[in-house]
Amino acid sequence: MIITIISLLFVFLRIKATLPFNQLIFLHEPKTIPVLITLTTLCITVYFHNTPFVLLMMCTVLLYATVCLGLTIQLGFIGIVNFAAAAFFGIGGYSSVILSHYPIPSLIIILLSGLISMLFSGLLIFPVLKTRGHYAALITIAAGILFKNFLEVNDSLGGSQGLQTPSIHLLGFDFNNALSLGEIDVSFYVPYILLCLSVFISTYLITQRIEKSWFGLTLDIVRTDETAASTFGIAITKWKVTAFLFGNFIIGIAGSVYASVTGFIAPNNFTFSDSLIMISIIILGGIGNMRSIIPAALIMIIVPEKLQFIQEYRFLLYALLIIGVLLFRPNGLFPRPIRNFNQ
Amino acid sequence: MDSLLQYLMNGLMLGIIYAMVAVGFTLFFGTLNVIQFSHGDVLTLGSFAGLSALSIIPNQSSWLSILAVLVFSLVISAIIGMFIAQFLILPMREAPSINVLLATLMFGTVIRESIRLFYPDGANPKRFPSLLPSTRIAIGSFTLPFDNLIILAFGFFIIFLLSLIINKTKLGLAIRAIAQDSETARLMGIPFNKYVLLTFIIGSVLAAFAGVMDAFYYNEISFNMGLLLGVIGFTSAIIGGLGNIYGAILGGFLFAFLEVIGGSLLPSLVPSIPSAYKDVFAFTMVIILMTIKPTGLLAEKLSERV
Repeated sequence: MIITIISLLFVFLRIKATLPFNQLIFLHEPKTIPVLITLTTLCITVYFHNTPFVLLMMCTVLLYATVCLGLTIQLGFIGIVNFAAAAFFGIGGYSSVILSHYPIPSLIIILLSGLISMLFSGLLIFPVLKTRGHYAALITIAAGILFKNFLEVNDSLGGSQGLQTPSIHLLGFDFNNALSLGEIDVSFYVPYILLCLSVFISTYLITQRIEKSWFGLTLDIVRTDETAASTFGIAITKWKVTAFLFGNFIIGIAGSVYASVTGFIAPNNFTFSDSLIMISIIILGGIGNMRSIIPAALIMIIVPEKLQFIQEYRFLLYALLIIGVLLFRPNGLFPRPIRNFNQ
Repeated sequence: MDSLLQYLMNGLMLGIIYAMVAVGFTLFFGTLNVIQFSHGDVLTLGSFAGLSALSIIPNQSSWLSILAVLVFSLVISAIIGMFIAQFLILPMREAPSINVLLATLMFGTVIRESIRLFYPDGANPKRFPSLLPSTRIAIGSFTLPFDNLIILAFGFFIIFLLSLIINKTKLGLAIRAIAQDSETARLMGIPFNKYVLLTFIIGSVLAAFAGVMDAFYYNEISFNMGLLLGVIGFTSAIIGGLGNIYGAILGGFLFAFLEVIGGSLLPSLVPSIPSAYKDVFAFTMVIILMTIKPTGLLAEKLSERV
């Protein structure tokens, strides 16, 4: 297994050594990155099949990366700042807990949670459309704080104590039961990893289709120059609403899966700082560049967990890291490449 | 009647604190078109500096202690404000506004986390001794704490002083000139960097005043109080209209009264709403207000270049 990983890395590095990263031709093949991520995730899963902590970390990375795909559609493609990502993540989580009291299949619950998160963001769309720049940022910040305050004082949703989430049932199979394949014990996180992976990969493929299509092109035009876009007959409002709602749909789905992975949700998981971490991931990677989300999420989530001695200082280090990136590499570590129309 | 007076007093007290934070935001936005989001944490830093001043000179008369608190917190926050302007805001002048917003947010996190990690026992809320005379003035059956009156009067005095500085002095003239057109102001021989630094010092000093006033009002400070106060200040500045000092003051009082209404009046009128919903109510009202008046009540002058 290790040999596979190393050889993969080796191939990757050899190619990287000969060409600058952004010009790697094979990386621009639409299927390369998802396949690479799937293979790596599966390799790691098989290797750490009985180490719950590593598997949980991987689930978190995949789900945060999914959230960041939603944010990329919002901030990267159409340019709407969303500082309430953690709130929509939370709405997804809480609605999946509430929905699981009814006899609904788990997959439908996940989709419905995304829809509910989208509906709530629909309430926010009116002020977001009316305002711009700092004013729009304020609206989303206020919404995020409002959501957390509301959860804390609302006793029917568990208050600040939070809620326990029931396990996912899929194909007549309970996700929370430990498995054993032959003589090997497998942690119950493995099915969750497969779920997170499939959520991430499908979202990735959809986002990629959006970026490649005329839809993504329209979003780019609206972001770069609204006035010009409207003189060319592009309905700005329509596209802003679509992108914002769709982004929050993705974030809600990720939140729903997150709730069942961790088995427990509380208002403290969905604070303003968590929104900041989510935004920081896409800033660190390079706004609008989907390929950089996974590396950036790894840096932001795994590094502080792995180095226990910086646990206590993690927020401080995050903040310093982001300030450094913003000052010295304002476009992120891997800036979004310019659209290539020759393909 | 008494409770109504009490609500009015609470609203005024909160309002003057929020207004001072909001004026800082609006001052920075007016001169440089940036949002300095670490403002709330500069405020926290100011109040913590004041607290440590008390531990350095114990057993003094209370007026001397108050002076020490003020001097310490003002100096520290002026320095940090200058630092932010020099190393964060000025280098990022050409960057998109979201980058500046994020960088300052992150700097706020740095300040907050540094207080939590490096101040002795910084993670827990700290008691701030009440140094002001605690006598109560009776007006009919309603008693008014004397220290609240002092804080209120002091706050109004500071804001009055600031409006004098902005409107009557040469420094204020220069700041207004930069706010209007920084290129032309530079051509006219106004040292741009110097005045930007001065603006940041003034704004941060205001934040420190607000922090000390807040500490005297609640008698408790904690490392994360700046986040919410900063957001509230930013909110007030925006509902008043960014870049307009009177708008910021108006916004501060408006937000405070919304909170008081949500926290006290509403539960007594509609018993099913507990008072814990005060922030929820205030922020909901703000979002609704922003939908109706997207550029604030007293709008900044905005011109679209097409």
